[in-house]
This record gives sequence, C-alpha cells and structure tokens, in this order.
Amino acid sequence: MKHLIFAAGLLGATSAFADTPELTVYTYDSFVSDWGPGPQVEAAFEATCGCDLKLVGVEDGAALLARVRLEGANTDADIVLGLDTNLVTAARDTGLFVPHAVEANFTLPVDWADDTFVPYDWGYFAFVHNADAAAPANFKALADSNTKIVIQDPRSSTPGLGLLMWIKAAYGDEASMIWDALSDNVVTVTKGWSEAYGLFLEGEADMVLSYTTSPAYHLIAEEDASKAAAPFEEGHYMQVEVAAKLASTNESDLADQFLNFMVTDAFQSIIPTTNWMYPAVTPASGLPEGFETLITPEKSLLLSPEDAAAVRDAALDEWLTALSR
Amino acid sequence: MADRAQPLSAWPGRTAAIGVAVLILGTLCAVALRAEAGRGLGPSDWAALRFTVLQATISAVLSVALAVPVARALARRRFPGRRILIALLGAPFILPVIVAILGLLQIFGRSGWVSQVFLSLGLPPLQIYGLHGVVLAHVFFNLPLATRLILQSWQEIPAEQFRLAAQLNLGASAMFRLIEWPVLRHSCPGALAVVFAICLTSFAVALTLGGGPRATTIELAIFQAFRFDYDLGRAALLSGVQLILTAGAALLALRLSRGGGIGTGLDRSLKRWDSHHISAKLADVAWIMLAALFLLMPLSAITLSGVAGLLSLPDAVLSATLISMAVALASTAILLALALPMAAAVALGRGAMIEMSGILGLAASPLVIGTGLFIVLRPVADPFAWALPVTALVNAVMALPFALRILVPQARAVVTRYSRLSLSLDMTGWQFTTIVLLPRMRAQISFAAGLAAALSMGDLGVIALFADPDIATLPLQIYRLMGAYRMQDAAAAALLLLILSMGLFWLLDRGGRHHAET
Repeated sequence: MKHLIFAAGLLGATSAFADTPELTVYTYDSFVSDWGPGPQVEAAFEATCGCDLKLVGVEDGAALLARVRLEGANTDADIVLGLDTNLVTAARDTGLFVPHAVEANFTLPVDWADDTFVPYDWGYFAFVHNADAAAPANFKALADSNTKIVIQDPRSSTPGLGLLMWIKAAYGDEASMIWDALSDNVVTVTKGWSEAYGLFLEGEADMVLSYTTSPAYHLIAEEDASKAAAPFEEGHYMQVEVAAKLASTNESDLADQFLNFMVTDAFQSIIPTTNWMYPAVTPASGLPEGFETLITPEKSLLLSPEDAAAVRDAALDEWLTALSR
Repeated sequence: MADRAQPLSAWPGRTAAIGVAVLILGTLCAVALRAEAGRGLGPSDWAALRFTVLQATISAVLSVALAVPVARALARRRFPGRRILIALLGAPFILPVIVAILGLLQIFGRSGWVSQVFLSLGLPPLQIYGLHGVVLAHVFFNLPLATRLILQSWQEIPAEQFRLAAQLNLGASAMFRLIEWPVLRHSCPGALAVVFAICLTSFAVALTLGGGPRATTIELAIFQAFRFDYDLGRAALLSGVQLILTAGAALLALRLSRGGGIGTGLDRSLKRWDSHHISAKLADVAWIMLAALFLLMPLSAITLSGVAGLLSLPDAVLSATLISMAVALASTAILLALALPMAAAVALGRGAMIEMSGILGLAASPLVIGTGLFIVLRPVADPFAWALPVTALVNAVMALPFALRILVPQARAVVTRYSRLSLSLDMTGWQFTTIVLLPRMRAQISFAAGLAAALSMGDLGVIALFADPDIATLPLQIYRLMGAYRMQDAAAAALLLLILSMGLFWLLDRGGRHHAET
C-alpha cells in the first residue's frame, strides 16, 4: 500500500511538473557552468515566469550554431543565447530565427539595431599582461618589439577569430603585412581561450589575447591587481554576444518574455562578475566595484555581421599564410 | 584451419567486432548523409594530411624505439618502487589534454624548469615549439603506453627459455637474436600501429606544441569543417581519410607481426641470469632513470600546481567526480564485454577483421562519432538523457584497441597450449572460458580493465557534445573551471583526477598482480 501511495505521489509530481511550461535555451558551456551566469539567471527567471528554464550548454558559440543547424527546424531549443557578430550572418541565413520585440536602451559603445538578434553582453578584445611590465601601444609597436604573445586559433576559438577581425578592421588591406610582422612575436597558437590564458599565467608569454575585462576577474575574485590590459591606439575590436528566438518554438510568448527579461537589471547585473563581460544595458546599480579600474578604449571597432562574414575567409587565409612560414 | 575443432566459438567476438565497426562507420555515414554540397578537400587539407602523417610516424617510431630499452630494463631489474613506477607509466596517457599540455610546458616551455636551468648556465631558453615539440609531447603520452605493451609481451617469454639460455651461456647478442627479437617482432608492430593511430587524431597538443598553423592536423581540419565552415561532407571525408590511414597502419602491423609463436612454458616465475654484467646493469639503470625523469617531471609539475587547492575544491567538482567514476566503471564493463570475446576470436585464428575493427576506435574522430551518434539518437531518444551511457560506450570503444593489444597475445598462448587438452577432456564453451581461459588471463584482464577505467576517467569524450548542465564529468568540470578563469581550482581538480584515475588503475590492475609481475 505504501508503494502505491508513493507511486501516486510520483505520478502527481510528474504531472504537476508537466503542467509547468518549459523554456529551453541553448547556450555555450561556460554560461551554464557552476561558475557562469547560468545558475543565477535560471533562479531569477524562474522566480518570475512560473516556468521551468532549461539551460543546455554546447561548448562554444560556433558549436552552438552548428548544433542548431544540425537539429534544424525540429530543434528542441526555444532560444539560442551566445552567438557573436561573427556568427550572426550564418545564423540569420539558416532562416531558423525570428524577429524579436525587445525594446531597450543598450549601453553598447556602438549603435545596435537588429530585428532578430538581441545583445546581452559585450566586451573588448585586448592583450592582457602583467601590470609591472611595459606593454606596446599598438600592433606595429608590438610587432617591432620582442614581446611574446600567445593567441588562439581563429578556426577553433572565438577570441582567435576576434583578433583576425580586429586587425582587419584596423588595417584593412594592410592586415596581412601586420600578420607577417607579428609572426615572430607569436609563441604559439592554442585551440581555445583556456589553454592560451593558462600558458600566459605560467609565464610562457608576455601577453595573451583576452578581454579588457580579464583584469577585473583577478582584482575582484582574487584581490590580485597584478594583471592589466594593454590599450591599443588603433582601437579595440568588440565582441557583442546575442540571443535570438527560434521560429520553431512552441513557447513563443515565454521566449519573448525571456528575451525581455534578458535586458532587465535582474539578468544584466549577474553578467559582469560571472561572464566577466560588460552588460548590454548597464543596470541601475552601475558596474561592480573594480570595473572602474579597467581601460576604456578610445575607439571601438566592430565590423557589421555582413562585413565580418564577407572578409572572414580571406582574413583566415592571410593569417594562415603569415603564421605558416 | 577454419575447420579445426576449437574449444570456443568465435561468434560472440565476431558479433562484438561487427557492433564496433557499425558504431564507427555508421556514425561516419550519418554525418556524411547530412552533408550539403561542400567543397571537398582543398590544398590546406592535403597539407594537414602530410603534417599529420609525418608527425604521427616520427612520434610512433620514436616512442616504440625508446620503449624497447626501457621495457627491457624494467623486465630484468627489480628495485624498490618498480611497481609504482610501472603504474605511473599509465598516468600521462589518461590526463585531459589541456592539463597535460600545461604540465609539459611547465617543464619544457620558454619559462619551464629546463629553460630555467639553461638560463642559469648562460644558455638561451629551450625552443620547444615546432615539430620537435609535437614529437616530444606525443612521446610523453605514448612512450609509457608502448613500454607497458612491450614489457608485458616480454614477460610472456616462458622462464624456461631464459633458463636454457643461461645453461647455454648465451651472450647478449645471441640472447637478443634468439629470445628477445622474436618477442619484439610480435609486439612492436602492434604498439607502433596503436601509437601511430593515437597521434593521427591529435589536435590541441599538436597545434600548441607545434607553435601555430604549421602544425595543423587532420583532426583540426575536421574541427574546422564542422565548426568554422559547417561543411559536414568535408568533415566526414577527412574522418574517412583518418580511418583509412589507421586501417592501413593496422594491416601493415598485422602482416609484420605474423609468424611463429614464442613457445610455451610451465607458468614458472621469471628469473633472469643474463643481466649481471656491469654494463648491462648501468645501461638499464640509465634507461629507467631517464624514462622516469622524463615522465615524472611533468607529473610533478601538475602535482605541485594542484596540491594547494586540493582541499578546498568546489562541491560541483566532487559531484562530477562521482559521475566520472560511475562512467569509468560502466565503460570498463562494456570494454570487457567487447574485448574478451574479440580477443578470444582472434586467438582462435579468425583475427584480421576483428583486430581491424578493434583499432578503428582510435582512428575515429570523437567529434564525428559524437555528432553521428547525436544525429542517429535524436529522432528516437532525448540525446541529453543518453549523455552518460553514450559517453561510457564511446570511451569503451576508444579503449578497445589497447585492450586487444593487451589481451590477444595471452589469449592466443592459452588457446594454443590448452585447446587440444581441453577438447580431449570435452571441456568447451563456457567451461573452457571459466576454467582454462579467464584464470590464465587474469593479469591481462586486470591491466586492460585498469587502463580502460583510467582512460575513461580522463577523457572528455563526447560528453561535451551532449552536455546537460546538471551532469558533468570531472574532465568537463576542469575545462569549465579554466573557462571561468579558475586555473587554481582547475589545477587542483586535475590533480584529483590524476589521483583517482591512478587509484582506479592501481586497484583494478592489482587484481592480477600476484599472478604476473607487471
């Protein structure tokens, strides 16, 4: 008899569970990790939506897009969160995403108007170095110096592709010359950000390609002020991370609700100290203490998604040619 | 030969082999069928192919060439700490790639220990990045494995042969020619093929140690095809090339290692009379010291980085540890269920195709297998619910080639020696398996199980493709910690992984210890 009661309880629980609408968000793995924004975002949204938010982590942005393309129109995802401008055109071309209805006062340093992709955070790529060491002020000075850098492979890493776009946006047709000059500064190229950052912390290179916000992690989480980002005179290339709703969603209203929630303070205030990026809409409480110590580039560089897609393959060839010598 | 009476049936082994081949080729086909028109293989793919074959060949030859003297030294010397050293030989192989890279570079990098010594002597720092760096890293991973494979076959030489050699007062060269060479001829080609196949699918190690896109391997090209270009056709094509190369290497190895067996003995304990020469002693000591130094330095670096944070690991790491242990044990069970019948079938003399399908697991790109499984599973089941079983299965298939290398020689020896006797006693099938075969393979089974468990613990495998935020394995948590800047915690988690994998390996391997000396 006890078993029956237990079974009935279980059944009841499952059906109660089934009545709660479920919103599935595909995102990159570091978003869902215990140290990323995921757990807090899930709690905050579930507190208001009367729903179950299911976050699914898929490696990185590129893997995320590949996964959605693989699943196509019968994907389980309602929302994809974690593409950046380099992936937006390819994502749009799949025809899997639909326009949003989000209104927000974005605090991005560039104008953002896209009817489908909603930004939720952004950052500047930068070379991070030890604060007590002098850093070059631009790419040409870096190329002329003996400064050793470790970078990521653009074929497998978002920051690696970001650097490609950075030099392309800053130097255009001269980009291949810059890469030629930089090739003897590059200690090595890694598969992803983690390897590169780990190598830098072990002292394998003087600088590593990362974000201007990286020193904030060391300062805030470790109370360590020994890392700094080098301001470059050419300006800094931006990474804007976006989310979008899938056309195939069964929870269209809930998906809209999530995208709207994404640009509110409740979501945005979680971002700086979990994703270590700038929020797309600065929350009323401002940025966390420590962020004011970060460099603010004078010039923000960002290729439009269309331009980024158009120059990508040629820029990769230049990079491969210069670094394969 | 096919008609000769046998104490066992080969069909379970054949079924297992077909299952493995279907899994690997089927997933490849699943990916290929999804492909839209792609651009085929370009010049950069051919360059990647050339580099991959070059580095894999050098790495395999060097790993095995160095493993021979090390294995010989370990086979004929007894010293305190020998067992621990042999157990630690498994360690480099089971580390998550990212941890191994950081550990290696702490020793051989621009600011590594070796460079520090060079600098203090007024020399320039060690230049590790380049083809030689790739080879060094691959030797670090594979020398221990090759050593264990060769060491084991060395210890299958019956003690009687050494006794006879001592009575005849054979010199070192005669000893090598008559006793050791036949064994090496049997074990080295297989070890070469396995190491070659492992190096063929290298990606992050080759890129990082190779110093940049010069060191682009086929696996990186596959990754690029998937992620950068979304060209599934090219990914499947490249993966097919990997499979063909591995199959070719395996065929060559099988051909080279064919030939008469090494004879049988009475399962006596091993004693060597030929190693008392002072020069032999010195050489053996030098080889053991060098190998130990080379292997243990990066492991020490990993230990030193991790030890500080070991006691303050986040809870999420601990729960991941339990999941990883469960996956490792499940994976070991699957492995044994596949490998034992396959090894028995090979021993019965119907080997070539089974051995081939056994080695495919090494050549298959995890990305292709994972994606293929995802495509196949999705229409019928929730891939996320299957994350752990799929990971256990794929890990088992990846460990299969090693297990076969370990199990086959002994299975063959047992079948050769006991099948006539068993048949005359009408002892076949299950009886033969449980009374004759398995007890005599205890040492090899334990070693294979230990290796499979440790490999599965350390392998990121396909879990990243199926990841559910609530289910993470230890390697995945290590990557996540690193992605969240928490390098210290990641180093501690890596050390925990190392300790647990070695612990599992030790425990399982110990099962067969009192029988054999490996």
